[in-house]
Amino acid sequence: MRIRCPLCGERDRREFYYKGAAVALARPDPGAGPEVWDAYLHLRDNPCGETRELWYHEAGCLAWLVVTRDTGTHEMVGAELASQQALVAS
Amino acid sequence: MVELSAISPCEGLLPVTIGNLTVTEEPFVAITSISPHKSREKDLSAIMKAAHGLAFPAPGRSTGKAGARAIWFSQGQALLIGPEPDAGLGAYAALTDQSDAWAVVRLEGAGAADVLARLMPLDLRPSVFKRGHTARTELAHMLVSLTKVGDKSFQIMVFRSMARTLVHDLKTAMEAVAARG
Repeated sequence: MRIRCPLCGERDRREFYYKGAAVALARPDPGAGPEVWDAYLHLRDNPCGETRELWYHEAGCLAWLVVTRDTGTHEMVGAELASQQALVAS
Repeated sequence: MVELSAISPCEGLLPVTIGNLTVTEEPFVAITSISPHKSREKDLSAIMKAAHGLAFPAPGRSTGKAGARAIWFSQGQALLIGPEPDAGLGAYAALTDQSDAWAVVRLEGAGAADVLARLMPLDLRPSVFKRGHTARTELAHMLVSLTKVGDKSFQIMVFRSMARTLVHDLKTAMEAVAARG
C-alpha cells in the first residue's frame, strides 16, 4: 500500500500513521449540545467504497493528510494536505 | 571541578570502510532549523540568498553546496548547515540551534544506493533521486534526513542518541552488499 504525499511524493505505507475518519476538520460548535458531540466523538460510518481519512506522515514531512481511500478495493485515490483542506473548510 | 571534553556524535565509531564503501562523519558545524513565518518564505529566501548565497529549498530539495547547505527538513522547515545564520533571517523565520542534536554522516562509494535500499523504503534510482534531492524517511525505524550530495554519496542525519545504531545498521547492510561482490 502506497500513499502519494503532496510534499514527498509516493511513499510506503510504513511511513504513515493512521488516525481515522477525517471528521476532525468538521469539529462542532462548543455549544452544539451533547448529542452532536457524542456523534462527533464516537459515531462512525463503516462504508464500503470511498472514504476520507486522516493519515499522519510521521516518518516523512510530518504533515497531516486527508487521504481518499476505497475500502472495497484498498485503492488509494488521492491525498491532500489537511492544512489546505482546513483553509477551504473555513 | 570536572574536566569535560567535547566529543562528536560518532566519536570512536567512524570512519568505516567495507569493500568499495566508506562511511565518515561530517565536520561538526552549525546546524540551524529555519521555519518561515506564514507567507514570508519569499522574503526569507531573498535574505538567505543575500547573506548565505542559497535559497530556501523547495520540498524534497537542497540548495547550496558543501560548507553552506540548506536542506528541506519537513513541512515548512529547512536546515541551514554550515554557517551561523545571519541575524536578518530572524525577521522572517523562527531559528533554532540544532548543532548538538544530530549525527551527520556521509556514505560514499559505488553501491551506496544499494546499501540504503536495504534500510529504507525509498526509490533511490539515479533517475529518480538525483544530486541535490533530499527526503525525510525512516532507516531501520529511525527517522532520518537523507540528501544526495554527489553521484555516489549520500548525507544521512539521525538524532544524536541514535548514532551507534545508525553505524551498526549501515555496517550490516554494507557487509551484505560487499558480500555479493
